[in-house]
Amino acid sequence: MRGVRLRAALAAVTALVVLGLSGCGDDSTDRPAADDGIGGQLTVFAAASLAESFTRIGQDFEAAHHGVKVIFNFAGSSALANQINEGAPADVFASAAPANMAAVIEAGDGDGEPVTFARNQLVIAVPGGNPDAVTGLGDLTRPGAKVALCAERVPCGAAARRALDLADVTLTPVTLEQDVKAALAKVRLGEVDAALVYRTDVRAAADDVDGIEFPESVGAVNEYPIVVLEDSGNLPTARAFVEYVRSDAGRSVLTAAGFQAP
Amino acid sequence: MALLLPAALGLLFLVLPLVGLLVRAPWSTLPQRLTEPAVLTALRLSMQTATLATLLCLALGVPLAWLLARVRFPGRRVVRALVTVPLVLPPVVGGVALLLVFGRRGLVGSWLDATFGITLPFTTTAVVLAEAFVAMPFLIIAVEGALRGADTRYEEAAATLGAGRWTTFTHVTLPLVAPGVAAGAVLCWARALGEFGATITFAGNYPGRTQTMPVAVYLALETDLEAAIVLSLILLTVSVVILASLRDRWTGG
Amino acid sequence: MSAAGPLLDAHLVVDRGSFRLDLPLTIDPGEVVALLGPNGAGKTTALRALAGLLPLSAGHLTLAGRELDHPDRRAWIPTEHRPIGVVFQEYLLFPHLNALDNVAFGPRRRGLDRQQARQRAADWLARMGLTEHARRKPRQLSGGQAQRVALARALAVEPALLLLDEPLAALDARTRLDTRAQLHQHLTAHPGATLLVTHDPLDALVLADRLVIIEDGHAVQAGPAATITAQPRTDYVARLVGLNLYRGRATGQRVRLTDGFGLTTGDRHDGEVFVAFPPSAVALHPRQPDGSPRNTWPATIAGVQRHGDNLRIQLSGPIEVAADVTPAAAAQLRLAPGQPVWAAVKAAETRAYPAA
Repeated sequence: MRGVRLRAALAAVTALVVLGLSGCGDDSTDRPAADDGIGGQLTVFAAASLAESFTRIGQDFEAAHHGVKVIFNFAGSSALANQINEGAPADVFASAAPANMAAVIEAGDGDGEPVTFARNQLVIAVPGGNPDAVTGLGDLTRPGAKVALCAERVPCGAAARRALDLADVTLTPVTLEQDVKAALAKVRLGEVDAALVYRTDVRAAADDVDGIEFPESVGAVNEYPIVVLEDSGNLPTARAFVEYVRSDAGRSVLTAAGFQAP
Repeated sequence: MALLLPAALGLLFLVLPLVGLLVRAPWSTLPQRLTEPAVLTALRLSMQTATLATLLCLALGVPLAWLLARVRFPGRRVVRALVTVPLVLPPVVGGVALLLVFGRRGLVGSWLDATFGITLPFTTTAVVLAEAFVAMPFLIIAVEGALRGADTRYEEAAATLGAGRWTTFTHVTLPLVAPGVAAGAVLCWARALGEFGATITFAGNYPGRTQTMPVAVYLALETDLEAAIVLSLILLTVSVVILASLRDRWTGG
Repeated sequence: MSAAGPLLDAHLVVDRGSFRLDLPLTIDPGEVVALLGPNGAGKTTALRALAGLLPLSAGHLTLAGRELDHPDRRAWIPTEHRPIGVVFQEYLLFPHLNALDNVAFGPRRRGLDRQQARQRAADWLARMGLTEHARRKPRQLSGGQAQRVALARALAVEPALLLLDEPLAALDARTRLDTRAQLHQHLTAHPGATLLVTHDPLDALVLADRLVIIEDGHAVQAGPAATITAQPRTDYVARLVGLNLYRGRATGQRVRLTDGFGLTTGDRHDGEVFVAFPPSAVALHPRQPDGSPRNTWPATIAGVQRHGDNLRIQLSGPIEVAADVTPAAAAQLRLAPGQPVWAAVKAAETRAYPAA
């Protein structure tokens, strides 16, 4: 009994924070449009690596459906999964890894099966101009080389582990960062010589960093699943958004950002 | 009555989150979780770095507090304001600032790297520096307050007995303000123990080297809520014990 | 130390805002000088200047042949290098050290090792009769004990100049009596110069060989206690020693006071003089008395106070004067404020001495 109440309180606080951060809903868009049931406010929880592309897709979706307002909560996939399981009010969840999606599905929060809408591949991020002439994973084991990885609990860390195992490279990183953007930041600041991050992240930071492709990354590709959440108060709009992400229009935005087709 | 209700709400607001930790704690598996090597490693690292950071703060902060309390010099107000900046600065910003100064390409860091081949980020030293940066104001404020409250006539008495400035400071002033220094050191230590933002930014995260308890809590939160709760419980226990001892011993309950 | 001159030779000049201390001061070896004056007269300023806690604005300060402070010559020896010992008004014993370590603090700073310093401290505590209190912290000592520890601490460095700032002011009346007597012994035994700062005339009279009276930053009178008590030269000193004091111009035994009133005295002088007589020399009568006393005048009772076993009557009239009468006489005269009486002083009981 106490546990349930606490859960509810926690969910309420999370909701307040999310709404507060996303600038409290606009009244005029709160009411669903009459004809096809698509309209009102839509809350999308999406992995941090989707920030740039989903923001764009959200704008396009709003343009295509008059009266829709899309609100995003970008964070690490595992944190988002935790929030959803704690009762945070979300309509759609887009994860950077199947494992975090599975946590949500297992808790019974999904409306139907998740579908993979994109794939992302690891690259070696190095400072612009590649001063150390890195060509592959083997170069990262040079004496004195400082490498940042994601923590293994985070999708990009798990992918890095798989890639290093495939390449049979033993690497001691100087730090295990809490998410992919933090790992990339260490490269941009010049504090590390390289980091294993997603190709999309390097592309978003192309001014400061170069991405070095390496063959083993093929075996460590991350799949991005998306699902409509059962507790959504706006199911038609949520389903329409997922369809839009998977449409040619959505896919072209994702491809431009560096994602691969599923 | 008009004040009682908001007061009670305020108390509830402060206490409820702690109750939440206790309610959600995985009591049945607690003993084995507490003795996990990863937990013990993070705890030991936290204790060690907080202690080293406190020693660093004592070595640098007590003289600075003395300067602020006892020496009149132009710009003293500005110096005092600067000293308290880390109190209001978001720790993450502190971490970024530390990177920009002590990082490999930082103002001091690049010189350290070129001259001695020393790089600070991602080392335990970086953890100590980050903790000292955010915790030192607590020590300085406590010690300066104690120095201002201390009777300077004892220092004059020491001078008439042949004690120079340094001897007077070590043999008379410091013992007189010892309770203030101790209270400041404990606050400093507690703040250092809880330091997260500057640490993860400046020192990164690597088990046994830079992964302190709060960093471990944050990372555990991403995947394993129960582990995060256990780690938080440990930090909470340590903080409560410290504060309780502080109240009893130095503020007279 | 030269036998020829005084141990302390100073002219203390300190400017503090509108206040100026200007005090020549010499003290011989073994001599105890009391600096006596009302609050705000500059006593503490003088003591702090001697201790080096306050620099001189002008003048000079030489102790045992060594120049400690001489602004004109830019000479300055800081406090910790001056051969001085100070007993502070509130003693200022270090609260974190026991009595022994408080006393050993000075010797230790002046080069003795820990063992020697403790030995010397123990000797001094023994001399003060405090051996069994050596391990006590200051807060565990009584007022009188703390005073003696403070004295031992100041003397343990064998100072050329011992400074005492109101050393008995913090004690209750009973303890003060005992402590004063002991302090007298120790000051007598001290071979160096001693300066005692006090506003209590009794302390000054009992403890000092010579008094320097200071008012508003200046010495107004100096000399042995007997001279000063017999011949006060300011109202402050007159009040301290309990005399009626007037200034006037003498022609033989007749003195015309500044406000025109005339008094006949027992001494013959010509020129500016002080006239002094004790309140006990004043007799009160309900009517103008006949016969012998030549100094009689009508007065009005302004106030009545207890004074020891007697009553002290304040009179207004041609001159302000205090008179002591027995309670029996007062009852007989039915003295009450506002009542007119006749005052009479025998010429033989008044003293006149040159003002210049």
